[in-house]
Amino acid sequence: MAQLTEKYDVIVVGAGHAGCEAALASARLGLETIVFTVSVDSIALMPCNPNIGGSSKGHLVRELDALGGEMGKNIDKTFIQSKMLNASKGPAVHSLRAQADKQDYTRQMRITLENTEHLTIRQAEVVEILTEEKEGKKHIRGVMTSSKAVYLAGAVVLATGVYLKARCIYGDVTNATGPNGLQAANGLTDSLIKHGIRIRRFKTGTPARVDKRSIDFSKMEEQFGDERVIPFSFTTDPESVQIPQVSCWLTYTNEKTHEIIRANLDRSPLFSGAIEGTGPRYCPSIEDKVVKFPDKERHQVFVEPEGNYTNEMYLGGMSSSLPEDVQEAMYRTVAGLEHVKIVRHAYAIEYDSIDPNQLYATLECKEIEGLFGAGQINGSSGYEEAAVQGFMAGVNAVRRVRDQEMIVLDRSQAYIGVLIDDLVTKENTEPYRMMTSRAEYRLLLRQDNADQRLTPLGYEIGLIHEDRYQALLEKQEKIRQEIKRLENTTLGSGEKVQKLLREYNSTELRSGTTLAELVKRPELSYEILEPLDKDRPQLPMDVIEQVNIEIKYEGYIKRQLQQVKQFRKLEKRKLDGDFDYGEIKGLRREAVQKLNLYHPVSIGQASRIAGVSPADISVLLVYMEQKNRSNVSRETIKDKEKNPEEDPRV
Amino acid sequence: MRSETIAAISTALADSGIGIVRISGEEAIEVADRIFHMPSGISLRECRSHTIHYGHIYEENRIVDEVLVMLMRAPHSFTTEDTVEINCHGGLYVVKKVLESALKNGARLAEPGEFTKRAFLGGRMDLSQAEAVMELIRSQNDYALEASVRQLKGDVSEAVRDMREQILYQIAYIESALDDPEHISLDGYPKELYERLDELTNKMESLIASFEDGRQMTEGIKTVILGKPNAGKSSLLNLLTGEERAIVTDVAGTTRDVLEERILLNGISLRLLDTAGIHSTKDRVEQIGIRKAYEQAEDADLILYVADSLSGIDGDDRTIWKEIKGKNVILLINKTDLKQVGEQKIQEVREAAKKELCSAETIEFSALTKKGLRELTDTIYDLFFAGKISFNDQIYITNIRHRDLLMEARKSLRLVGESICQGMPEDFYSIDLMDAYEKLGQIIGEETGEDLVNEIFSRFCMGK
Repeated sequence: MAQLTEKYDVIVVGAGHAGCEAALASARLGLETIVFTVSVDSIALMPCNPNIGGSSKGHLVRELDALGGEMGKNIDKTFIQSKMLNASKGPAVHSLRAQADKQDYTRQMRITLENTEHLTIRQAEVVEILTEEKEGKKHIRGVMTSSKAVYLAGAVVLATGVYLKARCIYGDVTNATGPNGLQAANGLTDSLIKHGIRIRRFKTGTPARVDKRSIDFSKMEEQFGDERVIPFSFTTDPESVQIPQVSCWLTYTNEKTHEIIRANLDRSPLFSGAIEGTGPRYCPSIEDKVVKFPDKERHQVFVEPEGNYTNEMYLGGMSSSLPEDVQEAMYRTVAGLEHVKIVRHAYAIEYDSIDPNQLYATLECKEIEGLFGAGQINGSSGYEEAAVQGFMAGVNAVRRVRDQEMIVLDRSQAYIGVLIDDLVTKENTEPYRMMTSRAEYRLLLRQDNADQRLTPLGYEIGLIHEDRYQALLEKQEKIRQEIKRLENTTLGSGEKVQKLLREYNSTELRSGTTLAELVKRPELSYEILEPLDKDRPQLPMDVIEQVNIEIKYEGYIKRQLQQVKQFRKLEKRKLDGDFDYGEIKGLRREAVQKLNLYHPVSIGQASRIAGVSPADISVLLVYMEQKNRSNVSRETIKDKEKNPEEDPRV
Repeated sequence: MRSETIAAISTALADSGIGIVRISGEEAIEVADRIFHMPSGISLRECRSHTIHYGHIYEENRIVDEVLVMLMRAPHSFTTEDTVEINCHGGLYVVKKVLESALKNGARLAEPGEFTKRAFLGGRMDLSQAEAVMELIRSQNDYALEASVRQLKGDVSEAVRDMREQILYQIAYIESALDDPEHISLDGYPKELYERLDELTNKMESLIASFEDGRQMTEGIKTVILGKPNAGKSSLLNLLTGEERAIVTDVAGTTRDVLEERILLNGISLRLLDTAGIHSTKDRVEQIGIRKAYEQAEDADLILYVADSLSGIDGDDRTIWKEIKGKNVILLINKTDLKQVGEQKIQEVREAAKKELCSAETIEFSALTKKGLRELTDTIYDLFFAGKISFNDQIYITNIRHRDLLMEARKSLRLVGESICQGMPEDFYSIDLMDAYEKLGQIIGEETGEDLVNEIFSRFCMGK
């Protein structure tokens, strides 16, 4: 039988949020890239909630944008409402969230993909990965589709989302499809298992979509977008996003709703045992909430539009896998939904994913060189979590093909680093969602400074244009200059000063001070002090924002920088993964087991594995020193290069 | 922030009155300068490596000890880092104080085996010693961990656990509100948190105070009270503990079991054990009591032998003395308040003891009038600080570690309080709250891991 064989540099399996970023990054870096999808119409599909961003997820999108990803630009083109969450809290937890026009989001992303050079889109189901042995190590060779066509490449990114052996379930109905009746991918799992990869079964769910015309909005609270919209992308002109916005609506469940749910629990596949996958605790179904929090009299329901050109509305907070008749009865107890008409029913979905501790933080598979995983296949959940992994996997796939050093963001550099490190280092028993509390250095990892943190790296990777990089350097210079100026501008305790201080309930001055000292006061700000600042230069908003934050939170920022310094010391100590930890005498048995399972790349990573104690880390340090020294005595010439402390890159 | 300059007592505490506190790391010399003052007013910073200096250790303007300080600059020291060794002369209590001053002034307590680890990593030790170093780290850590858990009284770990839970709840509340601002509001929360903090800090204060005087140690100097029946052992116990713990009657053999009390004598922690009176008897129950008394005496750090001056020294006394000869014994010649007991009787007891109990210190005593009590406490104090009473020194180290962690936790909570007063946004609170949570966890040997995420999901109903 004649077999089609094509050759590419990089293959991406799946065109969801991870696949799109991976494919774009690879193609934009100049490699011939092919992206497979079971349906070209579902590129960058949003099968669940109609929004991008949210607490800490907004950070991910900003970081992705700063590195040269697409998600931020795409949502800026297609949002219909936008909000800065936590605006009343500290700058570290400000986070953007935008409602998307789902169809438009998909369409715009598809247009971008279709018009990217070196990128081929192909509708086909990949059923097998192809590998070969080279010098005792497995390497990826390519993939095969269900039609037996063979595609060869130096690197493959798996971004299969929830499609591996997907089953959609509600009541006693089970459909062997992906979301929205899309074809599931049933072949690939077996191929992965054959290659020794461990698979897990996860579950998630989505609420019903209902007809807008059947809703009584007068019984709900209207939720508006921000008056002044801030774009996701650092490249989007802020003026271009000041558009008319749509509203969302807030209503509540009540005792009646809960009664119906409780009375029908036995018909839920979650409680009857028909669902085996592990679901996420942060995204519980309404029946989960009612069972787990029996004392709560009501739960919030956010009614969100799915787009500008559809009547479908998303019922945020009420995902479910109860049977159709129960769903209808339960939704109709909610204020404003008394006569609601369901367009699509809520369902739970089960899918296969891989245990991500089989991956390096580069997202490359430890066992198969050149094979990468990104998005829900790695056990994460959420569009944003998927997109950033897709980007990192895409970039590293390129670097694998080009034989360049891999890129890993660490926990002190980005939420992306926290996310990936958590995935590959911790034991995750449920789909992983980004949360602000997971980032230990969050004061440094703000959404407002994502460009300063990551655009230089994006430039180095090759996905940030020279102009953008130069503009960033200029911005940073302006920030530095202005902070210096404020620190060197002194004010006397004259009446003009005191009057302004009184006006803002700020303690009056006894003697002179600097403008910077005054900016530090919580009740004052850079803007407020304008009347006292004669020589103030005209500066752009984003520069002023940085000046304010850097001065105001200087103490805390310095503390975290100190912690980062300590953290980096251990990250720099590399562990070469090719030995049996059982040979190290001083380690406890539990530590040996865990270390042999994870094979961490650095002492720092080892220290974050549950079951590895500080004493184990001390033992490891001594062992590595012993190893290094005996290496040095054998090959004295290379020792300087091998010593990680001397390497400026790490 | 965890300091990388470490300090520890580097001599065995048990065997000598002289102790060395070693400080090593980047800031070792600065830390030493903060607590050590030479009469000349020169600071160590200005001194050359490998020199010895005379001066005093101060704590809040009070002299703690007169010391000799050795200065070794990097890389010419055991650890290859800047190192200061303080030779203290005032005995264990003072060595401990000097260590505490170093900890208060920027050093942190060294992990078990850490000096050796640094020496190895610094290239001071031979490659062949690596395995020995690894095993040293392992065994010392295991021991410290075990000691730490064992030495914490049940109610203390309970209190620490309770404080931890409360702190975790507060962090989870803040964090869930940050993660899901549309579901959970923080309106009015700072004020509420401030009140909670107040309660927590108060609890911590009293716990710290109790660590300060060693009340929280489950172990202390094991002190066994021995003697014949009705010599006044239980009266002594009651006198020392200040309460009617043991039943005191004139009937011999009232104490059949071993009674245990913990007391603090001039800052020294004693485990006081009252035993059954020893004499030859056929009574089965009594025999058991006597066997137990001997068992306790066997590994006692100190024995208080109560002699009945009225009945004088007899065969029973001599039998017991044979068993305890060579141990640390203080002989209390009891009942000297009785008229019938004259100078001669006392002298007889003294002489018998001198001949047959060799090392014993003798004190004329009356449990009734408290005569000799002062002399007794002074004698114990002197024995202890002269290093003549030996006991497990790990206890003191563990105690310092625990208290140090509690103080750091309290400091973190105070920072939260300050942030609230300054009107800082809520997300700043959880940074310091988390620090406090971690510090408390180290006391009871618990890792932080996924605690917060679990707490958030179990306590708060999250969105979508």
